[in-house]
Amino acid sequence: MTATLESGVAAKKKPRKFSPWGVVAWIAAIGFFFPVFWMVLTAFKQEGDAATSPPKLFFTPTLDQFGAVFDQGIGPSMLNSLFATGMSTLLVLLLGVPAAFALSLRPVRKTQDALFFFMSTKMLPIVAAILPLYVIVSNIGLLDNIWALVILYTAMNLPIAVWMMRSFFLEVPGELLEAASLDGASLWRSVREVILPLVSPGIAATALICVIFAWNEFFFAVNLTAVNAQTMPVYLVGFIAGEGQYWAVLSAAATMSALPVILCGWFAQNKLVRGLSFGAIK
Amino acid sequence: MTLTADTEDVVAERVRKIREAKDIGVSRAEGWRRRGPLLPALIFMLVVTQIPFLFTLYYSTLSWNLVRPGSRHFVGLNNYLAVVKDSQFWSVALNTVVLIVGVVIISAALGLLLALLLDRAFPGRGVVRTLLITPFLVTPVAAALIWKTTILDPTNGILNWVLSLMGIGPVDWIGQFPLTMVMVELIWQWTPFMMLLILAGLQSMPRDILEAGRVDGAGAFQLFRELTLPHLRRFIELGVVLGAIYLVNTFDAIYMMTQGGPGIASANLPFYIYQRAFLGFDMGQAAAMGVVVVIFTIAIASFALRLIFKSFTGKEEAA
Amino acid sequence: MTTRRRVIRKVMAAVAAVGVAFTAGCSGAGSLGAADDVVTIALVSNSQMTDAQKLSSEFEKANPGTKLKFVTLSENQARAKITMSTAMGGTEFDVVMISNYEAPQWAKNGWLHNLSELAAKTPGYDEADFIPTLRNALSYQGNMYAVPFYGESSFLMYRKDLFEQAGIHINPDPNYQPSWQDVAGWAQELKNPGRAGICLRGKPGWGEVLAPLGTVMNTFGGRWFDENWNAQLDSPQVKKAVEFYVDLVKRSGELGAASTGFQECANLFGQGQTAMWYDATSAVAVLEDPKAYPDLQGKIGYLPAPIVEKPNSGWLFTWALGIPKAAKNPEGAWKFISWMTSKDYMKLVGEKLGWARVPPGSRTSTYTQLPQYEAISKSYGPLTLRSIENTDPQHPTVQPVPYTGVQFVAIPEFQDLGTRVSQQISAAIAGQKSVDEALAQSQEYAEVVGRSYQEK
Repeated sequence: MTATLESGVAAKKKPRKFSPWGVVAWIAAIGFFFPVFWMVLTAFKQEGDAATSPPKLFFTPTLDQFGAVFDQGIGPSMLNSLFATGMSTLLVLLLGVPAAFALSLRPVRKTQDALFFFMSTKMLPIVAAILPLYVIVSNIGLLDNIWALVILYTAMNLPIAVWMMRSFFLEVPGELLEAASLDGASLWRSVREVILPLVSPGIAATALICVIFAWNEFFFAVNLTAVNAQTMPVYLVGFIAGEGQYWAVLSAAATMSALPVILCGWFAQNKLVRGLSFGAIK
Repeated sequence: MTLTADTEDVVAERVRKIREAKDIGVSRAEGWRRRGPLLPALIFMLVVTQIPFLFTLYYSTLSWNLVRPGSRHFVGLNNYLAVVKDSQFWSVALNTVVLIVGVVIISAALGLLLALLLDRAFPGRGVVRTLLITPFLVTPVAAALIWKTTILDPTNGILNWVLSLMGIGPVDWIGQFPLTMVMVELIWQWTPFMMLLILAGLQSMPRDILEAGRVDGAGAFQLFRELTLPHLRRFIELGVVLGAIYLVNTFDAIYMMTQGGPGIASANLPFYIYQRAFLGFDMGQAAAMGVVVVIFTIAIASFALRLIFKSFTGKEEAA
Repeated sequence: MTTRRRVIRKVMAAVAAVGVAFTAGCSGAGSLGAADDVVTIALVSNSQMTDAQKLSSEFEKANPGTKLKFVTLSENQARAKITMSTAMGGTEFDVVMISNYEAPQWAKNGWLHNLSELAAKTPGYDEADFIPTLRNALSYQGNMYAVPFYGESSFLMYRKDLFEQAGIHINPDPNYQPSWQDVAGWAQELKNPGRAGICLRGKPGWGEVLAPLGTVMNTFGGRWFDENWNAQLDSPQVKKAVEFYVDLVKRSGELGAASTGFQECANLFGQGQTAMWYDATSAVAVLEDPKAYPDLQGKIGYLPAPIVEKPNSGWLFTWALGIPKAAKNPEGAWKFISWMTSKDYMKLVGEKLGWARVPPGSRTSTYTQLPQYEAISKSYGPLTLRSIENTDPQHPTVQPVPYTGVQFVAIPEFQDLGTRVSQQISAAIAGQKSVDEALAQSQEYAEVVGRSYQEK
């Protein structure tokens, strides 16, 4: 058992010699990152510099675009996004972890049906259901209320979360459960003290995915909110002018909008990969 | 080693089945206790998703134009007939299938390659990984616009500028290859997701098996095909399922990049339905189209998932 | 383990507390200090509207106790959302921004407040100051149901210096309206590998390619429907017009025309990558901005919209403000609307943000009573006013038609029909189908719509 862990660790400590695969990886990374880099770069340009031929790498930078973004009041949208994302992810975990548990470690008879049902809820194109949703939400008085988005985002992410977390639960070796119950621990205790710590990195990974999807969700937000519950993606789209130049200011708004999630993802991704692969412990 | 694992697996399976069979009728209380944790999520989803779905079904039986007040009346299944006769709907459906299949397969393949690259140690691996996942984090609406305006623009885009340095004339990417360009943008956004899942699978693989195989004299490719790939299968399938189900609804990229054009060359079903709902304001028709999409997706998915479920149930191979 | 559990519990409690606090804060929309009078405004995101948002603090200063809340969306999103909300009797908005396409139809449906009544009670508002064609375009049975914030027609913009270099002489008569054939000739001459002769929209959308193309169809003698609602998209005049447009773009137009809209053409013209541009009069807000295009100042010439058979073929469009019937605060809404469309607002923009940013094309007084604006708009101001004044949405075509509207057909079905037809035309511009095929398909769409009107 320990051998596996060690070999994993040992792999990291290999001598940092030049490897052609490393070069390939770096090229791929730069290629993938380049559009994002260009977006952030454009955010510092004047509109006239934003789309030129040949593209301008050097120019006099300006903070005007960011000024325009903040002028229009980014605060409320940012807070709304934070609340909708955080709250819905919390709900997803509260509802989803027990559900995934029930569908994996202590299988219910109709496991496949339940899983299929969860997935089927994502098959209706939301564009077709938006009017019914508008009518329902408006009738229960939740129009332009952030809680409508919280509920909808929870419903949107729950199937994905259940599927993902179920995979992680399945990775728990049966012997651990056996060992725990042999020790005389109750089911609840064995879950809390043995299983949850093992899958908690996986849960963190699922939470991050849910955060990404909820934060970037656009369609529900634009149709079911007005001023009070506006989220970042809707705020962002407000910079697309019909008759006017907007590429630079849009890049600035997009950068601000993506920043929290990017920072979140960057800091968490170490934990994420380690967590998704907890199975090194056998 | 593999032989013993197989037999153990088979035995474990048999034991589990016997246990389950015993459970039926014996401990109903136990059954409810097992279902317990599932119920909150299940009830929540039922309420939040099925009520709007029932409304949608009801609307699909109406002929209702939102901007012609007083035009709302019951027409039964007429909207569905109109959908069947609408040749554009089916052409768009084909686009949707091409889009989903193409994006999922290519991003899974690319994700696999990138995960394999990242599995080795090299200087700056952490940074590379960080850079590679960024596309998945950017808001899809913004990402699509960035691609359209700064990269693919025929006159001022970077792609054409780079090509011009090599002497290749300017190409109207979005005009000539609309669906392909949308797919490229989606692949760019989804490859990091696949890469992460597969990387997790790679790093959870016990190394001693690989070592043993190498000692036995197996080549790198053989090792990959016989040992690594089967282990990764669960993660690849998870990525494919999640990606596919998410891409069914993909809308932002098409809306921002091509508006479904030219003609309907790059329209997919959600976008087409959106146009019927928010341009034509024909709510009944849009609802009927939505229901048709659900029926077809369920048909295809239940077939596909049956294949996948075989490998999902049951435990992993023993260490 | 236990410490971690404790930490998790604490975190969850904190989050729950924040959640409760937020609910309390969010659900009470009126609990923001002493301001009880809230006006919720939905705007389209153009620069003139952004300016209005910036200056809205002036309104709040002059009207203490009234709080303004804005929602700004891109045109397509704004249209879809505002239409859905207004049609369903939603109460989210007190003020909505709509165009002269929606206003008469929505007034007929009873979805908007009668603003002429409110204007009559507002001294100094001077409803008669609005440019007459605009005023009529937003009225129903003699009363205005939306008031214009800014208006536009279309004209031809060209690079005076490039024309001089090529030796092209423009008729200096102020009433001169160039012919499309002339324009095609100039475009051919001025085109070179690094520069388009002319930039024309080709992006799908009933407000995108169909705006300029609609005017070309009209001036070639074409029309969408005849008096009996028979679709006319395969008639020889329409065919000639569309073929001309598509050929012109392909021969001397910009690359990637099928995805080119206002934004892209503005960029090309500003960079000097096209010699001419036929588009909205409001393009001057972008092109005549010394900060964006310092090299371009003084080099842009303006001509009325090119014609063939029908003169004065520029389009007529306005972004206007209305009050939905179900608005919660119609009095506050009118207070804001009357401020944002008043003569004083024009002066305010000029003084605070610069005279080039004054919303154009809505009030005649902007062009006759604001000397500072006149001074900077000498090359395009009078032409803009004339173009708007000379449009005739009631009789937009050579032959009689059962509909109104210059670059659109003012029926509810047009958003869908127009978008579908524009997609076909866009495909033709991209070279993916012939003009004949595109028009044949478009004719089918139009016939469906025409039939439903014949049955009425």
